[in-house]
Amino acid sequence: MKALRKFFDNIKPNIAEGGKFHAFRSLVDGFETFAFVPNQTSRVGCVNIHDAIDSKRIMSFVVIALVPALLFGMYNVGYQNYLAAGTLANATFCDLFLYGLLAVLPKIIVSYVVGLGIEFVVAQWKGEEIQEGFLVSGILIPMIVPVNTPLWMLAIAVAFSVILAKEIFGGTGMNIFNPALITRAFLFFSYPSVMTGDDNVWVAQNTIFGLGNNVPDTYTAATPLGEAALGTPLTDSFNAIIGLIPGAIGETSVIAIALGGILLLWTGVASWKTMLSVFVGGALTGLLFQSLGMSPLTWSDQLILGGFCFGAVFMATDPVTSARTECGKYIYGFLIGVVAVMVRVMNPGYPEGMMLAILLMNLFAPLIDYCFVQSNINKRAKRATIK
Amino acid sequence: MAKVIKLRKGLDVNLKGKAILETTQVKCPGEYALIPDDFTGVKPKVVVKEGDAVLAGDALFVDKLHPEVKFVSPVSGTVSLVERGERRKLLSIRVQASETQEYRVFDQKDDVKALLMESGLFAFFRQRPYDVVANPEDKPKAIFVSAFNSMPLSQDFEYALKGYETEFQAGISALSKIAKVYLGVNNKQTNPALTVAKDCEVNIFDGPAPAGNVGVQINHLCPINKGEVVWTMGAEAVIFVGTLMTTGKVNMTRTVALAGSEVKSPCYAKMLVGQKLNTLLEGQIDKSKSLRIINGNVMTGVKTSSEGFLGAYSTEINVIPEGDHADEFMGWIAPRFNTYSSHRSYFSWLLGKKKEYTFDARIKGGERHMIMSGEYDRVFPMDIFAGYLVKAIIVGDIDRQEALGIYEVAPEDFAIAEFVDSSKLELQRIVREGLDILRKENA
Repeated sequence: MKALRKFFDNIKPNIAEGGKFHAFRSLVDGFETFAFVPNQTSRVGCVNIHDAIDSKRIMSFVVIALVPALLFGMYNVGYQNYLAAGTLANATFCDLFLYGLLAVLPKIIVSYVVGLGIEFVVAQWKGEEIQEGFLVSGILIPMIVPVNTPLWMLAIAVAFSVILAKEIFGGTGMNIFNPALITRAFLFFSYPSVMTGDDNVWVAQNTIFGLGNNVPDTYTAATPLGEAALGTPLTDSFNAIIGLIPGAIGETSVIAIALGGILLLWTGVASWKTMLSVFVGGALTGLLFQSLGMSPLTWSDQLILGGFCFGAVFMATDPVTSARTECGKYIYGFLIGVVAVMVRVMNPGYPEGMMLAILLMNLFAPLIDYCFVQSNINKRAKRATIK
Repeated sequence: MAKVIKLRKGLDVNLKGKAILETTQVKCPGEYALIPDDFTGVKPKVVVKEGDAVLAGDALFVDKLHPEVKFVSPVSGTVSLVERGERRKLLSIRVQASETQEYRVFDQKDDVKALLMESGLFAFFRQRPYDVVANPEDKPKAIFVSAFNSMPLSQDFEYALKGYETEFQAGISALSKIAKVYLGVNNKQTNPALTVAKDCEVNIFDGPAPAGNVGVQINHLCPINKGEVVWTMGAEAVIFVGTLMTTGKVNMTRTVALAGSEVKSPCYAKMLVGQKLNTLLEGQIDKSKSLRIINGNVMTGVKTSSEGFLGAYSTEINVIPEGDHADEFMGWIAPRFNTYSSHRSYFSWLLGKKKEYTFDARIKGGERHMIMSGEYDRVFPMDIFAGYLVKAIIVGDIDRQEALGIYEVAPEDFAIAEFVDSSKLELQRIVREGLDILRKENA
């Protein structure tokens, strides 16, 4: 630890203005603040003491909350491959997990390298500190794409969303749309053939380092939502809750997501108001469509399938892009649930609606807030004129 | 029976080194100083020269815009230094105290306001909007006095009041001749001089910090609209007014709390405004350590040194470690059991409210844009959207600041919000600058 401190102290003159490696200032700064809590003390005219919480801690807790879903996602990738090849009976747990790990890891690496690379460059250019927001986006992105997404597509999509959805607005805290969902939306609309539900995208099809199986190209495994869009009801809701169904890498297991959700709610990083109202909105709308006979799925199926849980727990609750007023969070969450189920049932093109619902409500969040802030403003204005 | 107002929002932080209720004697002679910067918003004009003899209560400087508002010497003696900084900015006026203290005696007048201006006690009025020294031309709609401090390590006013009950009541009665007086009392205070004070409306506030801030009390009882002015006065200064009313003399002696984790025996001491701090800190701190001595409260006070002087509004001196060489490893993920946080990602919620924490002056993070929502509102017990107001100030949108209620706030009201902020924004400085700009625009 002391050696590390000494190392940073030694290289500091080199990265300062005019130093040999000034171009790497943001990189060194980033690593130094990760190794040590900054020793900077508060200035005159400010609070002299501070709470120990900072955005690094908040972001790392979101990443920790994502770990159960990620690990299960890796296992499920292997499970689906072996299931498709019909060799599940001969495979051990380690085979399945290791295969999934090897399939998912390159995506995580690509996402982080591209995204953080851009963040470092922008931070250097603006002369600011690295912002931690991409730590979360970088792990979210591989979890919400199909396992067969080519790495080059992922790289382009990540670059697109980090630059155009985040940095041009001013970085973490200023963006309107959730960068991870913009990545997915970019892939979804630019490369529909690798992103749509009834094709052969959801199950890894090739061996990796001798692990896994080559599945014939003609094999197709639709997600339960894809099947529901064609009129097939869900038969195995037990597996849907456990998560052993085809789907995007991190979204399938309700249990793993729930573990993360509990951590987020307990630490207060995610708002329970948003999360709860997404489920309420989805359940009520699902119930409505169920009673009208428009969907083969029951209201509870709507909640456990596809990206509903994942979106409700990790995406809708993003504090930056969601509504910021406390009452607004109820409306914002509720409408996400409503729109997500509505897109699923009423739109013939897309079997899944969570991504579109959250992006749409990201756009409307400032409007919802506006109404509540304006009511406070009106109250004050009225008070002034009464006398 | 007084109205009880229950506040839910806010946060009490349990800091180590609370002052025990015992008053020690400190040495009095030496140099005293009046610092014009303590009186926010005043343009000082010096009316004495070095070498002049002054009595306690003689003016040292006046406000250029309102020369009738005087700022007086706390002691009698000779003016030893008129200290100026860059561009001849007046930094302090120092008075070398004489052996025996002589007081200027003021004639009692019916016009309380004129008497207060003449005697220098008007300088202890602050006004909302802008949180500056009050303008004597205004007609305030109310005067607010908060009889308790809710910030951590702050002075217990009920203890400081002991023995001054009649002066306090005389002060309140005098203020009530200017405008209606509202006295904010804490639910734990029992002294009848507070709970059944006369000539004022007593309201009881029950809740965590910042319930003791007058801003919070104004917002709940008599919110300020555009064009209205409310004056506020510290409870200690009300005793000064009462002393003036009963004896005709200006005596700015107050009971100051010396508190903080780095103070050897935290206690109270009687000190004059402008008294040198080393008279109080002698033997109480370890000078070899890197310490932060704060003139005022840890939440709102200003960093000073042991060569500093007791601020005009300071009711406590807090001493904490500076912490600039802490080198804490991997703080973003380490459990940090001994570190306090109101956030559940740390373990301080497990260790109960009785555990006392040592804080150093580190920011403990990097400054970011506002990321989390609702962080400020959780500890901001006013009917104002704090986050939106801060954003309006940052972008300089004056119309929106007005609409969102900037006239009702002072920097100190944002102290707890700044403490809990995970984005580490300097809220008090932002609000201070916003108020200054607004005041200039409206002038």
